[in-house]
Parts: sequence; C-alpha cells; structure tokens
Amino acid sequence: MSTATANPTDARQRAYSLPLESLDPSDPALFVDDSVVHYFERLRREDPVHRTHSPNPIFGDFWSITKYNDIMAVDTNHHVFSSDWSQGGITIGDRPINERFQMFIAMDPPKHDVQRKAVSPIVAPGNLANMEALIRERTRFVLDGLPRNETFNWVEKVSVELTTLMLATLFDFPLEDRRLLTYWSDVATAVPEVLVGVADPELAAKKRLQEMGKMAEYMTRLWNERVNAAPKTDLISMLAHNPATRNMGPVEFMGNCVLLIVGGNDTTRNSMSGSLLAMSRHPEEWAKLRANPALVDSMVPEIIRWQTPLAHMRRTALADTELNGKKIRKGDKVVMWYLSGNRDESVIDQPERFIIDRPRPRQHMAFGFGIHRCVGNRLAELQLKILWEEILARFPVIEVVGEPVRVRNNFVRGYSELPVRIPG
Amino acid sequence: MPKVTFIAHDGKRSEVEAKSGESLMLAAVLNKVAGIDADCGGQCACATCHVFIEPPWSALMPPIADNEEEMLNFTAERKEYSRLACQIPITDALDGLTVSMPDGQH
Repeated sequence: MSTATANPTDARQRAYSLPLESLDPSDPALFVDDSVVHYFERLRREDPVHRTHSPNPIFGDFWSITKYNDIMAVDTNHHVFSSDWSQGGITIGDRPINERFQMFIAMDPPKHDVQRKAVSPIVAPGNLANMEALIRERTRFVLDGLPRNETFNWVEKVSVELTTLMLATLFDFPLEDRRLLTYWSDVATAVPEVLVGVADPELAAKKRLQEMGKMAEYMTRLWNERVNAAPKTDLISMLAHNPATRNMGPVEFMGNCVLLIVGGNDTTRNSMSGSLLAMSRHPEEWAKLRANPALVDSMVPEIIRWQTPLAHMRRTALADTELNGKKIRKGDKVVMWYLSGNRDESVIDQPERFIIDRPRPRQHMAFGFGIHRCVGNRLAELQLKILWEEILARFPVIEVVGEPVRVRNNFVRGYSELPVRIPG
Repeated sequence: MPKVTFIAHDGKRSEVEAKSGESLMLAAVLNKVAGIDADCGGQCACATCHVFIEPPWSALMPPIADNEEEMLNFTAERKEYSRLACQIPITDALDGLTVSMPDGQH
C-alpha cells in the first residue's frame, strides 16, 4: 500500500497550526490522506466564507464556503451564482474556454432545464421500479463470484463492476466494452496535474481532450445507429429523439456524455467503496443493521453523507453580493464544499460519526440542492440499498484488511483500492 | 386543529392533525406519512414533497412563487395541480383538506 490515512492527531494539529489566511483546502494532497476534514473543521469555526489562494494557477483564487446553511444559500440562488460553462462551470479547476465541457449541469436556465428534462425520465420512479430486478440479479452474480479467504480489491471487483454494468445499461452500451466508460469517467474528472500519468499540465490537457474525442466518436456511432431507429429508452436514444437535444452540436454532445458517464459512475462507485469502509470502522452499526435489516433505508443516505463522493461544486458570481458577512464580487469563483457542509456540527448531530439510524438522514448535501440537484439520486440510493441487502443475505463479515488508497482529487472524493477478505 | 388527508399513489389514506402556521410538508413528516421525503427540510430546494391539490382546495392555495415553479419543473409527474407541500402553510380554513401524492419523490 502506497498511502495511509494520516495520523488524525498530527493532521489536526497541522491544520490548526497554519496561519488562517494561508489555509487552502483545495490542495489535492489533502484528499490523499483525508486530512482535509481537519482544514474544513477549522474553517467552519474560524472563517466559514474563506478567501482562498491556491498556488496552483488552475485553482487560483476563490471563496471556500464550508457551512451547511451558507452552501444552501448559494446552491439555491442560481440567479446570482452561475453554473454556466461560459462563466467557469461547476468545478474548481479553470480551463481554457475550448476545454470546458458544455453539459447541462454547467448551464443556467433556460437551456439547462430543457436538456435536463430530456434525460430525467430514465431515473423517474416508475422506471426505477422496472430496473430493480436487473440490478438485484447483477448484484447477486457479482457477489457470488467473489473470492473467499484471499485478499482482493473491493473497488475493482465490486464498486467499479456494478456501477459500470449499470451505466452500460443506461446507455445501452456494448457490455464487452463497458470498462471504456470507467476509463473515460476517470480521465474526465482527473485533476489536470495528475491526469492519466502525464505530469506536464499542457500535455495532460491535450491528452484529456484526445481521449474525450475518442469517447465522442464512439458515442456518435451509437447516436447514428439510434437517431433514425424507433425511439428506445436508453440515454443516447432519448437525447437523439428529444427536440431539445437532437440538434446539439458535437461539443454539447460530448459534454453531456461526460456528464452522464461521470454522474452515474464515480459517485455511486465511491459510495459503494465508502460504505464498506464506514461499516468496517463502525462494527456496532453493522451489528445494528444485522439485527434490523429494515435500517438499510436510513443507512443508505447516511453512507452518501459520510462519503460525499463529490467534495464540491463551483459557482461564479454574476453580481456583487454578500454571504455570511463577506462581500463577494461579480466574477468571483465560489466553491461550495459539500464535504464540509455534511460535517457541519451546527446542523448535523455528531457529524463525524457514521450512524445508520439518524432521524433525518436525507438532509445531507451530497446531491446538492436547487435546480442542479443530482438527477440520479434515487437510482444511486437503489443501487446501494440492493448491494447491502444482498451483502446481508450472504456474508456475515467482510474484513477490510488494509488502509484504503484514496484518489488525488479535490472534486471526486474516492478510492482506487480497498483491500478486503471474505472468510468462507 | 385542521385535519388533512394524504392519499398515497396506491390509494392508502392517512388522516393527520395539522397545526396552523406549520407547513403541509411538516404535517406529513411529523405524522410519518410515507411518500413525502422532504430531503431539504422545507427550503424549496429538492422537490421531494410533491403533492397534488385539486379543486375545490386549489382555490385556497397561495400562488406558486418563482422558486417553487422552478423546482416543480423538474418533478417526474408535473401536473396542473402540482404543489410542493413545504410551500403551503396550514390555516384553519384548510380543515378537511385532501391531497394526493405521486408514485415517488425524485
């Protein structure tokens, strides 16, 4: 194992020993050892709307919003806080205009609204009910095929496999090529400085665009097959047949493919990995679930809060405004740290603890709030619910036998390795 | 206290006692009416307390504000009489109110 979780006492001391004005929670290194949670704790207490400077010019200068209610105020005020790609989009990294993804999550109304509505029926309640049997069958198959009495990587064998199968179904994507979806998702969300093994940022950006171009080429082939066929219920057909999206240019098509791949992939994947980590670190909660399997319903949103698989969303101020006593100027970059909002002790009781029977488990911010709230939230919950129901039905115990390896990324909060062993 | 009846998608009726001044959403949540999720806790930010309020009761409802309209716009089953329960304050005039619910909150 190349990394470990930082010694919490040391990491916390370090977070509190730095001058407040120099505190920068965007440093991707802080996500590798998870020490960023201590930075957020201090910011919530001492400077909840924090002018932040990153030495990395891609991140630059921005506001770090760390308290639940302030994040809610920004997230629900899309008239002042823009998501539009032309303003800077929805992630902290500033990219040249030709490298920005033109996807509906990175659009303001009215265009956002019509494009979102073109795809949202795929995750509507009625359609989810139709998908449940397939998800359960696949989950059983994957779990039944896991090795016994040997160490394996849960991320690879369970989280990636299950989410990639789901994504392939949503796109009606050739199953034999499904790992391409995983790869494209990883390339799209890697922070530029660590992109696909390329150290030079310019070269990395070029490589990223090349790989996204290959994705667009593949997806265009599927589009061309489907645009003239009878409408089906997969995402590509839905985009190809909806009046709001069927005339999208290639850049918007590529952007929306990225959105739907990332949205349905990293997020649920890392919550699946995080769920096992959380349960193994809180054995009393696992015992609670075993004693009362109905708790899976409140456990699932608690998993999503505890993991917060997307650490932030970014907005850009369209006008001068004020937030919790700080003056935000037109054009300022504003970063809502959902990960911090989900640990805000003034709103969530004992937020550092993983508790599967919280009274209001769905108040967490991991899906965002307002018009950009995660469209696939109920599908994600369904996948996690079925995973844990099927784990309960099979495995009395799954041992986490080493430290997880976390990804070096301030947007996707996730894992590349979680070594586990199932006795049997 | 005004009585309110929630009718679930499968027809199941729940009659609850609501409190004047509180929202219709809270009346459901505090009485554990299944089918009202209310993820955001009443900030008009998630659209998971979607209900249908038909005539004659619809005439007694406050107008739909812009932020409610924006969130309703993304619900799976938007209909003429769609409302977000968190935006409806309970008053004594609503005693006997009946509202129905979609097949899921999303």
